[in-house]
Amino acid sequence: MFSKLNQRILVGASVAFLVPLLCVSVYAGNLDQFAKISGTLDIAGGTAHIPVMKEAAQNIMAYNPKVRITIAGGGSGVGVQKVGKGLVQIGNTGRPLTQQEVDTYGLKTFPFAVDGVAVIVNPKNPLKDLKPDQIAEIFAGRIKNWKDVGGSDAEIHLYTRDEASGTREVFWKKLLKKGAVADKANVVPSNGAMKVSVAQDPDAIGYMSIGHVDASVKPISIDGVVANQENALNGTYGVVRKLYMNTKGNPSPIAQAFLEYVFSTDGTAIISKYGYIPLSK
Amino acid sequence: MDTYRCLNDTRKGLVETLIESWLFVAAMISAIAVGAILFFLIYFAWPIFHEDHLWKLLSWYWRPFQDQFGILPMVAGSVLLGISSMLLAYPMGIGVCCCVYGLGPRWLSGLTLMIVRIMTSVPTVVYGFVSVFLLVPFLREFFYHGSGFSWLAATLTLSLLVLPTVTLIVNAQFELFDPEIRLATTALGFSPIKQLIWVVIPASYKGLLAAAVLGFGRAVGDTIISLMVSGNSPQFPHSMLDSIRTLTAHVALVVSTEAGSMAYNSLFAAGIMLFGVSALVNGALRFIRAGSE
Repeated sequence: MFSKLNQRILVGASVAFLVPLLCVSVYAGNLDQFAKISGTLDIAGGTAHIPVMKEAAQNIMAYNPKVRITIAGGGSGVGVQKVGKGLVQIGNTGRPLTQQEVDTYGLKTFPFAVDGVAVIVNPKNPLKDLKPDQIAEIFAGRIKNWKDVGGSDAEIHLYTRDEASGTREVFWKKLLKKGAVADKANVVPSNGAMKVSVAQDPDAIGYMSIGHVDASVKPISIDGVVANQENALNGTYGVVRKLYMNTKGNPSPIAQAFLEYVFSTDGTAIISKYGYIPLSK
Repeated sequence: MDTYRCLNDTRKGLVETLIESWLFVAAMISAIAVGAILFFLIYFAWPIFHEDHLWKLLSWYWRPFQDQFGILPMVAGSVLLGISSMLLAYPMGIGVCCCVYGLGPRWLSGLTLMIVRIMTSVPTVVYGFVSVFLLVPFLREFFYHGSGFSWLAATLTLSLLVLPTVTLIVNAQFELFDPEIRLATTALGFSPIKQLIWVVIPASYKGLLAAAVLGFGRAVGDTIISLMVSGNSPQFPHSMLDSIRTLTAHVALVVSTEAGSMAYNSLFAAGIMLFGVSALVNGALRFIRAGSE
């Protein structure tokens, strides 16, 4: 859960074990294009993408067992590096590619979903709402106690993400307005690690992909706007970003088929199911 | 007779030469590998040393989005964590060995050694995982300061990792003296504790030093425990309860940033620092040993 290797093993194992179970529920239509394809498709990168990638891969491999799809995490930075160096066919990012990345590797980018980034606290924290400037002050380390923002008298524990994180980038740009994050903030390497850390620490504050939020953490509303995908879709919740799949040059036939499946009606249903908003191609 | 002996010697010599050259090749490959690692680190870090970026690296602030790439907090983190976990694990390891060799009851020594041997086979990620769910919340509630992810949590966890290394090396050294010296010293009227203090420990000087070098290397080189437990804040700690980031965890966290960026290139400097810290400690302990002989 914490290490990237573990995540890969976990995803790999769950994909491997779930495929035989899902063989029964084969539904064709959007999957027709996989009928004549065989081979391996490797996907790596952003951790927000994993639920969608996993389910799409399961459906495809159940339809045609000759297709093998592996999914690894690692974060947006790893996604760019791996696809750029040809180690995977699809590299996922939770942020747009930089011009330098496009130039260096010749990457093509396919945004397929919109995801919000929620500010989260421990469910034991009575606080429900914060203003954007309060959040900026908290993460800059200038507000140090929960009582200063209307909470109980306890020290605030900051949790942030590593520099390669796409989640961090959108949070930093859209909510902190590129403001400083205190040096003393704890740094965690994935959305999953963020959830575990905040779920355990009653005085914690952090941020993560809305798609990963569950009952173990509590999203904070910002200026009265609840952080959920509905508000992200209708534009009232502004801390959103697109999720991208990237290929080196034109996608290979198998990667092309995968991309088309994600953009098909089946694919968009999966995207919505996991709390993201599908984008058309 | 002379001819025969001569022939025999040549034959022996041939086998010996083969073994010697084989060992020489093995030693050379190891040495070349270490040399190549250092060479490539310097090669990749060259752009940083070359331009006026160097002063940027030698600062106390790691804020890549504000163009500050100081790696000193991580150097301090690695050194402090290495020292603190050795301060805990080293006396503990020697204590365990003393207990096994004469101070404790026989049944206990066998059991202790067995447990320590089992500890070597526990994957480090297991120590990290258990710490995140047990030790970190405990520290957070017990001290009522900080998030629990701290220098202290990493020290306690890491000392568990280093303990078997120290214990098994010192133990191997102590075993060399058993049982002849024990018999001789007992005959001279030494109690078990005096045997340890006046005979076994002074005579195991080299083993104790080797245990310190290897233990410290293990502590500084570990990545997953510091990544999971120490909190990873790029700051100089003001108390044991503050969050710290080690060089190894720093490399693991930053390696997935954009290749060729300043943050990415600074990692090679971090690698050289890590190399330097290990080499320095190694050298220092060798120096102490040379001075004492």
